[in-house]
Order: sequence, then C-alpha cells, then structure tokens
Amino acid sequence: MNIFLAIITRDLLLAVRQGGATFLALVFFLLTVTLFPLGIGPEPAILARVAPGVLWVAALLAAMLSLDRLFQADFEDGSLEQLTLSGLPISLIVLAKIITHWLTTGLPLLLAAPVLAILLNMDNEGFAALLLTMLIGTPALSLIGAIGAALTLTVRRGGVLLSLLVLPLYIPVLIFGVSGIDAAVHGLNAKPHLLLLAALTVAAIPLCPWAAAAAVKLSLE
Amino acid sequence: MFQGRDIACERGERRIFTGLNFTVAPGQALVLQGPNGCGKTSLIRIAATLLKAADGALTWNGIDVAENPEGHRANLHYIGHQDAVKGALSVRENIAMWARIRATTDDQTEAAMAAFDIAHLADTPTQYLSAGQHRRTALARLVASPAKLWLLDEPTVSLDQAGTACLQQAIAAHRAKNGMVMAATHIELGLDDAQILQLQPQLMTL
Amino acid sequence: MSIHYFANPARFTRLAGRIQPWAGGLTAVLLLIGLYMALVEAPADYQQGDTVRIMFVHVPAAWMAMFCYTFLAVASAVALIWRHPLADLAAKASAPIGASFTFLALVTGSIWGKPMWGTWWVWDARLTSVLILFFLYLGYMALWEAIEDGQKAGKAAAVLALVGAVNVPIIKFSVDWWNTLHQPASVLRMDGPAIHSSMLWPLLIMALAFKAYFVTLLLARMRMELNLRRIRAMRLAERTS
Repeated sequence: MNIFLAIITRDLLLAVRQGGATFLALVFFLLTVTLFPLGIGPEPAILARVAPGVLWVAALLAAMLSLDRLFQADFEDGSLEQLTLSGLPISLIVLAKIITHWLTTGLPLLLAAPVLAILLNMDNEGFAALLLTMLIGTPALSLIGAIGAALTLTVRRGGVLLSLLVLPLYIPVLIFGVSGIDAAVHGLNAKPHLLLLAALTVAAIPLCPWAAAAAVKLSLE
Repeated sequence: MFQGRDIACERGERRIFTGLNFTVAPGQALVLQGPNGCGKTSLIRIAATLLKAADGALTWNGIDVAENPEGHRANLHYIGHQDAVKGALSVRENIAMWARIRATTDDQTEAAMAAFDIAHLADTPTQYLSAGQHRRTALARLVASPAKLWLLDEPTVSLDQAGTACLQQAIAAHRAKNGMVMAATHIELGLDDAQILQLQPQLMTL
Repeated sequence: MSIHYFANPARFTRLAGRIQPWAGGLTAVLLLIGLYMALVEAPADYQQGDTVRIMFVHVPAAWMAMFCYTFLAVASAVALIWRHPLADLAAKASAPIGASFTFLALVTGSIWGKPMWGTWWVWDARLTSVLILFFLYLGYMALWEAIEDGQKAGKAAAVLALVGAVNVPIIKFSVDWWNTLHQPASVLRMDGPAIHSSMLWPLLIMALAFKAYFVTLLLARMRMELNLRRIRAMRLAERTS
C-alpha cells in the first residue's frame, strides 16, 4: 500500500512540476466543443439537442489524447522498469498510474463539463446527470485507455494507432453516458443508464490493469 | 545465495546463449565479460526478471524465483542503461522518491548523496546536471535503500575517475555487509577477487 | 497426441500442403452448387424480388465476420496460455480474412439497403456493430504491423484480441441499447417470418463454401508466413556468419 501511494504521489508531483498536460486536455476539450456550434450553426435548440453527445465525444477525445503519456515518459527514461522492480505487482503499478491519469484528466474534464454545457445551452434537467455520468464514466476511459497506451509503448509515433485501438472500446461508455443525460433531459429515468455505466467501470477495474500489465511486461522485454 | 541454472536466452527468434550457470554467494561479486552482443545485458535483465529466460531457472537461497517474483524484485537493485532520473525533480527528490517506492523503513538519501559526492547538488533539478552527475544520481539509488543483490549493467558509463572511485567504495561497503553484486563492466571496479563469467558469442543455427 | 504435435513447422507445412488443395476444391464445388441454388433455383421474394438474392452472400459473410473473430480470439488465447508457436501465426493469418468478410458483409448490406430502405446506409444496430467489428480487425492488424519484433507483436496482438473478444458482446449490447433509443420508425426489420427451406438450403451451402474458403486461405497464409520467417532467419544467419 505504501508503494502504491508513493507511486501516485510521485506521478502527481511530476504532473504538477511538468504541468501542461491537464491544461492542454482542458483547452482541447474547450476547443473541440467550440467547433460544434461553428460547424452546425448557433441555433440554441439544435445545440441543446446535441449537447450531451458533443460533451461526451469531446471529453472522450481529450482523455484519449493524454493517454500516450501515461507510460511513455517513464518507459523512455527507464523509470518504468525501475517501477516494476519495486516489488509491487505490475497490475497495481498500472492501476496507480491509471488513478493519476484520472485525477489529472478525467477529474478536470468533469469539472469543466458543466461550464461547456451552459455554452451549448443544455437543458437544466441534464446537469446532474452530466456530472454523474462523467463521474462514473471517465474512470472507465482511463482504465480502458491504459491497455491501448501499454500496447503501443514500443511503437514509434503510436498516437494514431492508440486511437484506432482505443476508440472502438470506448463506444459503450459513450453510449451509456450520453443516453443517461438524454434520459434526464427528457424527464425519463436515468438510473438504468447510470447503472450500466457503473457496471462497465466496475468490470474494467480488475480487468484493464491486468491486461495493461501484460502489455507493459511485454514492452520491457 | 543467488543462482542461475541452465539459463538460455532468445532475442528476436535468435539464441543468444544456452546452458549458462552461475552462483553469487553473500559478499561475493560476479563479473560478466565478453564481446558486444554476447548477452551480458540480457543475462542481467533475466536476473532482474525483466526478461524471461527461454530456458533454465533462477533460485534465491534454493527457492525458485518464479514462485515469488515480486519478492525477488524487492531484494534487488538494478542499474541499467537508462538512469530513470526525472529532470523536473531535484537530485534529493529523485533519490528520496525511489527510496520511498522501495518502501524502505531506513531512508539513506543523505548518505547516498554523500557517497556519490553530489550532496552539494541536492536541490538542483537534474535537468541541469552533466551526464556524469546524472549517472551518480542514478547510482545513489543503490545506497539510498537497502537491497541484497545489485545488478549493474555498465554502471560506470559517463562516470569520471572520482565517480568510479565512489562506486568502488559503495560496492566494497555493500559486499562487506554480505551484499551480492553481479556486474557487466569492462572497467576495474576493485573486484579483483570476483568470479568471472565469460560469455561467448553463439554460432548461428537455424 | 498433444497440441504440440503440429507445432513442428515442417510437419505443419507438409500437412497443410496436403489439405489445402482439398479445401480449395471443396470451396469451388460448394460455391458452384450454392450459387446455382441461390441465383437460379431459389424463388424471388414476393416483397423484395430478386434483391433478396444478395442475402446469400451477405448473411454468410456476416456469419464469417463473427466466426473469424472468434477463431482469432481462441487462437490468441492458445498462443498466450499454451505458447503454441503456430497459434499466433493462425491468429495473424485469420485477421485479414475476417476483415475482408466483414467488409464484404458491410458492402453487400449497403447494396441491399439501397432498394430496401431507399438509402445506402442506416445506423441500424446490426450494421453499426459490424462496422465496429471491422474497426477492431483494423486495429488488430495495425498493431501487428506497428511492432517490429515479431514475437512481441504476436503477444501484444493476442492481448488486444482477447480484450476485443471480451468487449464484442458489450459493444453489441450497448449498440442494441442505443438503437432501441433512437429507432427510426421507417426502418424495415429484416428478421421477418421464418425462412423457407428453398432459401435455407442455398444459404447453408453458401455458408459452408465460405468456411471451406476460409480454411483454404488460412492454410495458404500460414504457410506463406512460415516461409517468410524462414527467409528472415536465413538472412539473419547470412549477416552474422
């Protein structure tokens, strides 16, 4: 447990010192959302209609773009192999890094989402559901993404490949996330959507670190 | 006692070596020698469980390492080609961070900096260090938290004479405390009494 | 006889060389019979007319899309767990075949959709799932290509295939869920009344023909891959001797 916490503290300290990553993800989120009114027109009714989907798609892309740094920097300077020698099972090391990734990207995106929802004229009924789906769903993005990040570690310019691997796996999160907000906006029961989303995240917690650990081990050989 | 029996290594569908045996007893050192490409780095990585041996077994006091790889990893320090030093952190932060990640109850960060003569750089971010100072920061990990087995892969790269002397002293002190050392090096490290393991380049077979 | 009996590449190549012509011949015969029954004997649909005959290619192709992914996942599991040296080869060889069948299913589905739905593409649950399956194939193949070390690439791709296999049912479920929420009223459902035997037989024969074709291609691709490996090993030997 001490090692686990030490890794999280280390990664958070590095994120603060090196900065930028969280800020970039947020700016990317904001910019992508801004593109939509410019692309489909400023009509408030249309924007309100597409807001949940736009917010989720933009958040998903923003979370994905920051994935390639999840292991890459540590892989390149030898820290990753040192971490695996800490005596902690590799899947737990991966989980620690996933938690840091969520704290530095998922959480800020979650906090920024309501502001962007206002810009998109989203219905007031949907705000609680937006926060809730993001809270439940963004950890799954970090968890699933870690597999892609680990698989593309040894690939030069792996960013594009990473998106090809990860985006299809993100589809269920997107669907349940958006349908939860849609249900709330239309005055329907959002609970089944939220429960399914929660089921995804809960299932991903043991499975994803395990698969990502297998990929990390492979890339170190 | 750390032993390897019948170790074989394959890299990229190619056999590097087969049937390798070695023993490192407490207080002893084992030096790997041989031309480039004969598998010194691979053998050290196998000993660190970073690489899987194609054949053979590693034992720690007679018990197969594969039974508890995490326990084995916690018993060793590995110095590879890369320094695993973060430019955004100071020298002290780098060393202390690794000591914490090794879950040591006995943090020797200050002693480690003194041992490698980098105490005066303690608060300098490592991105401003020279290659030699960078290397010393990496080597200071060895002293900052205790581990019974040191696996050193060309540890003296980019070190000056003074730096090499620091490392020699650290190794001597480690062995005096019954520590084990396995090193691939072509530089004299005060290991005159070490066993030599000569690796031969393998003939190609299909 | 253990599963490692055929792990010997030379033995496998010999056996595959013997099976391959038979599988190829079987493919040709089944395809001829199936096409004759599908295009000549089977009656035209009273609603859809002759367009229904696309089904005899479309449905077996869609079945094969799923079958190949299952094959790929099982082969990947065998490669990872039992380290059978031919399993990752089989997985690698099956991916482009599966991707092609998936693509064929998508294209024929689209061609069929034009007269039926009046549009080339609808975001129907099945079409969407198959499209996502196609992306999974592409990702798998791209990962094989991207990692230079063949053994590492094989293991990484196997991990991906298993992750994908776990996800396929989840994706399918989520897309069905999504589709029931957004179901456009005008879409005609394809799973109408039980299929008549005059259509069922050609369908089954075509499905068998596709399976035989899969075996033929798989063996050919695996033999090719083995030969490529031998060439690589020889080059390596030349360089170092």
